[in-house]
Amino acid sequence: MPPDLTAEPVIAARALTKHYGEFAAVDGISFEVPAGEAFGLLGPNGAGKSTTMKMIGGVSQRTSGELSIMGLDPERHGPEVRAHLGVVPQQDNLDEELRVRDNLLVYGRYFGLPMSYLKPKADELLEFAQLTEKAGAKVDSLSGGMKRRLTIARSLINEPKILLLDEPTTGLDPQARHILWDRLFRLKESGVTLILTTHYMDEAEQLCDRLVVVDKGRIMAEGSPATLIREHSTREVLELRFGSERNTTVAADLEGIGERLETLPDRVLIYASDGEAALEQVTARGLHPITSLVRRSSLEDVFLRLTGRSLVD
Amino acid sequence: MTNSLSVEDYRLTGRTRTLGALYSRNARAVIARGLRATKSSNWMVMVSGFFEPVLYLLSMGVGLGALVGTVTGPGGSEISYAAYIAPALLAVSAMNGAVYDSTWNVFFKMNFAKLYQGMLSTSLGPLDVAIGEIFLALLRGALYATGFTAVMGVMGLITTPWALLMIPASVLIAFGFAAFGMAITSFMKTFQQMEWVNFVMLPMFLFSATFYPLSVYPQPIQWFIQALPLWHGVELLRQISAGVFTAATGVHVLYYAAMIGIGVVLTTGRLRALFLK
Repeated sequence: MPPDLTAEPVIAARALTKHYGEFAAVDGISFEVPAGEAFGLLGPNGAGKSTTMKMIGGVSQRTSGELSIMGLDPERHGPEVRAHLGVVPQQDNLDEELRVRDNLLVYGRYFGLPMSYLKPKADELLEFAQLTEKAGAKVDSLSGGMKRRLTIARSLINEPKILLLDEPTTGLDPQARHILWDRLFRLKESGVTLILTTHYMDEAEQLCDRLVVVDKGRIMAEGSPATLIREHSTREVLELRFGSERNTTVAADLEGIGERLETLPDRVLIYASDGEAALEQVTARGLHPITSLVRRSSLEDVFLRLTGRSLVD
Repeated sequence: MTNSLSVEDYRLTGRTRTLGALYSRNARAVIARGLRATKSSNWMVMVSGFFEPVLYLLSMGVGLGALVGTVTGPGGSEISYAAYIAPALLAVSAMNGAVYDSTWNVFFKMNFAKLYQGMLSTSLGPLDVAIGEIFLALLRGALYATGFTAVMGVMGLITTPWALLMIPASVLIAFGFAAFGMAITSFMKTFQQMEWVNFVMLPMFLFSATFYPLSVYPQPIQWFIQALPLWHGVELLRQISAGVFTAATGVHVLYYAAMIGIGVVLTTGRLRALFLK
């Protein structure tokens, strides 16, 4: 049988660790990403996602462990590895002293790319980011969403094979998010490997083929969004609100309904395969919540189950 | 984005080069960026930096000089007070520009503007960034020195063609301070620590035989001043301005060569600490 080339991972991390003094930001994580996959790191702020991204880009030195990007160690071959990466950092770091189109051209020069390639490429990317009319504008005159799109356009100037997106849609309005997701889908279709961190579970469900749930620098679970939900949660969730005073006291009376019960400050969650049936049992016990809602399990529930905490605090 | 990627596209082979992780031989992209940024927004800062020593020269040289009269210059000839302090002011300006660029400017771009963070997400390595930034600082220093020398000429303070050598000598002084300044910045973590730079610079400016000869000090203080870098710059340019060259000239040049050497080695060693936080 011929060797299966597609199985060769483009990113391979083994026991990757990063300490800042005593604090372990990344605490021995291992994962592999095959070519063309959309791979997500899902976790709350401070889970170690951004640090992992920085190590992939070779701009943060690991304390221990192994890391290989397209067969090279980013610490020893930083410039060569980064030539094939596109990086969208958590906070936009556009060059405020340059105008919009110049941001793309100058950034392209950092890769050593010729102007004859960069000029048409910059115009194409401005079109892609819907910023053609802003080509000559100053960066600080752009809205938050425009800056984000420009940052993403900039990350594509070298036609990267791996695109690193750190919280790509944080701070964007829903419409801007959907535009961005559409663009990312198109890149994925063309074979670009996407690595993204997010604390939005809908984003992770929409974009990721596979993801790891990270908390306190460790991987808690790994799999496709659907698999994770199947393995770590029930099919449906019943959300009940009894008012902030009563949520905790009423929890005892709900014992035994569904497979599992989670009491949050603002609501009680009942995990059950059939949410409507669970709600009937609740009312049968003479309990009348102010509001009730039956929904499908999401990655938020997976996270809650694995860590005992919410994703967005 | 039109052609789909294949498995072969995902294979990289890397050569192991000295400094390969730090340097991609593309400092010119950093320089080009600096020039473009200057063109579109920084030129006011550039202009004000040029006028500072000129204003000192007018106030102290012309104003105070009227009271002082003539003083003994290098080689023992009598020269005007303005001609005496002009090369010293040029040395101070070379120092100030280089130190500002290599400390405050680097510190700000790194920690606040996040400019280097963006650059280092590309093929650039920290050594490309450091070389580019130092080159820009020296280019600016050379422009200032040329302008200031022209002002000296207009004011009739230049008496020998040797004075033109003040321009490359200013760049040498700027290089020494820039290389050293960047090495120092690599150890700085907060704005409070950066204030120490000013704390050292101002007294060095005032007391390095800038406005009066070193001989006014008692011997131990003279030795102390002579150990500091600015004094060597002041003396070097003062000698050149009069076209008087002695063994001391060589010592001054060597002092700066050593400062550049140490600064570059230290900065290269601290590059990861400086840029890859």
